[in-house]
Amino acid sequence: MNTSVNIAGVCFKNPVTTASGTFGSGKEYSEFFDLGRLGAVTVKGVATTEWKGNNCPRIAETYGGMLNSVGLQNPGVDYFIKNDIPFLRKYDTKIIVNICGHTVSEYCEVTERLSDEDIDLFELNISCPNVSAGGITFGTDAKMAETVVSEVKKYAKKPLIVKLTPNVTDITEIARAVVSGGADAVSLINTLKGMKIDINTRKAFLANKFGGLSGPAVKPVALRMVYEVNKAVDVPIIGMGGISNTEDALEFIMAGATMISVGTANFANPYATVEIVDGIKEYMEKNNIKDLSEIRGIIE
Amino acid sequence: MKKFIFAEVVEIKHMIEDIYDMYVYAPEIAKNAKPGQFAEIYTGLGEAILPRPISFCEIIKEKGLIRFCFRVVGKGTKHFSEMKKGDKLRLLGPLGNGFEIPDAPQKSIVIGGGIGIPPLLELCKHLKGEVHVFLGTREEPILVEDFEKTGAIVHVCTENGCTGYHGYAITLVDELNIPADMIYSCGPKIMLKIVSDWAKKKNIRAQVSMEERMACGIGVCCGCAIKIQKKGEDDWHSLKVCKDGPVFWNDEVIW
Ligand SMILES: Cc1cc2nc3c(=O)[nH]c(=O)nc-3n(C[C@H](O)[C@H](O)[C@H](O)COP(=O)(O)OP(=O)(O)OC[C@H]3O[C@@H](n4cnc5c(N)ncnc54)[C@H](O)[C@@H]3O)c2cc1C
Ligand SMILES: Cc1cc2nc3c(=O)[nH]c(=O)nc-3n(C[C@H](O)[C@H](O)[C@H](O)COP(=O)(O)O)c2cc1C
Ligand code: FES
Repeated sequence: MNTSVNIAGVCFKNPVTTASGTFGSGKEYSEFFDLGRLGAVTVKGVATTEWKGNNCPRIAETYGGMLNSVGLQNPGVDYFIKNDIPFLRKYDTKIIVNICGHTVSEYCEVTERLSDEDIDLFELNISCPNVSAGGITFGTDAKMAETVVSEVKKYAKKPLIVKLTPNVTDITEIARAVVSGGADAVSLINTLKGMKIDINTRKAFLANKFGGLSGPAVKPVALRMVYEVNKAVDVPIIGMGGISNTEDALEFIMAGATMISVGTANFANPYATVEIVDGIKEYMEKNNIKDLSEIRGIIE
Repeated sequence: MKKFIFAEVVEIKHMIEDIYDMYVYAPEIAKNAKPGQFAEIYTGLGEAILPRPISFCEIIKEKGLIRFCFRVVGKGTKHFSEMKKGDKLRLLGPLGNGFEIPDAPQKSIVIGGGIGIPPLLELCKHLKGEVHVFLGTREEPILVEDFEKTGAIVHVCTENGCTGYHGYAITLVDELNIPADMIYSCGPKIMLKIVSDWAKKKNIRAQVSMEERMACGIGVCCGCAIKIQKKGEDDWHSLKVCKDGPVFWNDEVIW
């Protein structure tokens, strides 16, 4: 039985990784299990310098999900190189670094700074709904998406995954654009833009007014988008959006995902990722599946 | 080390108003728990996926018990209040930093407001020296006898004047003007700010236990940010209430 998968020449021992921003850089979760059990750790967004994030409240629970307007708070690339890479390298897992920026040149700068570091892949976040400049503005326009990807690609000495937003009319159009810009893989979905109102104060609940919806509530939408993108482009897909258990993960694989990421589910169960790693193995054994390619994208 | 466990409800009773008193058997968590720390309690409800932060009201290490005292305000706490003896709850803890308690005896002022009162009980069991506790509530006070048992001098303050001092706890603190080496406080943010201002005026340092909306509870999501400027730093940083707090020095919080 072979649970390993391959994306742009990088081999992962299993198809399970973490959704950026929901796992930090792994330190906290390493108190619960050996990070080496994961195919990869996808770290939270890294920017050129410290980003302090939005005002609070940044979190609102919603039915079967949550809204966040964290705004990509992170200590910046220097801190990341000094502290997080050496920490993660102690574990037998791949490192996917999520890159954020306000401008094309910021994206390029972070990528360049990290290109000679000991990491495995980049994930370009052009899909965060919580920052005013950059982020999602690049991800909702096919032309801009293609441009930023082709620029970043010039500096990326590691394979480049591009993370797509669901907040568009046709996600396949953006997927095609980033692939023609040079993306080696795509990951989807980032959060869906939403809001919550406090009826007592008669104000928007989140200080930032809007936030990104994630968790089980978004799963059917995410799954449909992974399916559509798989039909539209030839690069590998990292699927995510509400994945909480083995069944969810297998659905994404059958829709066409090569890897899957666990995000919000980590908050509801710190062991969600490793339970899914074990669950996939069990399913393969039970159904006599030798390699995940046998079920990947099997939905017509 | 944090533990993610199923804990059995050993006792649960209604206290007053919408406040409940619950003991759970969680020796793995009790073993390492400190006053001011908290646990995330999971609802197990599919629609309410985020855990609820609830402070340790008492940590009874010998019996492996944790006492929670909570107010029903929404789905999760309603669900907890409906637990029966023998039911099990998922807990993650101990979380956060807890109060800093000096080894040497000191004069302490402890100020609790509303549902911020419970975490101060375990604190008072550990404070050495003279302790003045001010318990402020809108109506009926809570946990008065429990605080008296710790040996502290208890001042009850109610906003409606039903018992004790008629008014805010901090007003009485100011009136009595008791000298102190340290102030500890937990309650609504507005109260903590007033306590902090008073402490600054009197040149006493205060440890304040802050609250913010949380998702992970362990420091990964950056959901629970608070603006903190540490001594000697020339700018503030976003720290995490769940991991760097919930207890902060009053003079480091950007209020
Ligand atoms: C460090 C810390 C310690 C706490 N200790 C206690 C305690 O000992 N006793 C007690 O009664 N309450 C305590 N609280 C407040 C308690 O966490 C909330 O009342 C509780 O989460 C409400 O959940 P709910 O499902 O009933 O309400 P809902 O409104 O349905 O909750 C929806 C979401 O908002 C969050 N939320 C709602 N109110 C608060 C709040 N005031 N603070 C933080 N998150 C909130 C919930 O966790 C949940 O994610 C503490 C909060 C913090 C941050
Ligand atoms: C608190 C929080 C922080 C996030 N931060 C980032 C981030 O820094 N970069 C990014 O690309 N996506 C970020 N995301 C989006 C997730 O990686 C993921 O795409 C989304 O939450 C959907 O997956 P889920 O439903 O499994 O959480 C964040 C999501 C949450 C809930
Ligand atoms: S709740 Fe996630 S960092 Fe504090």
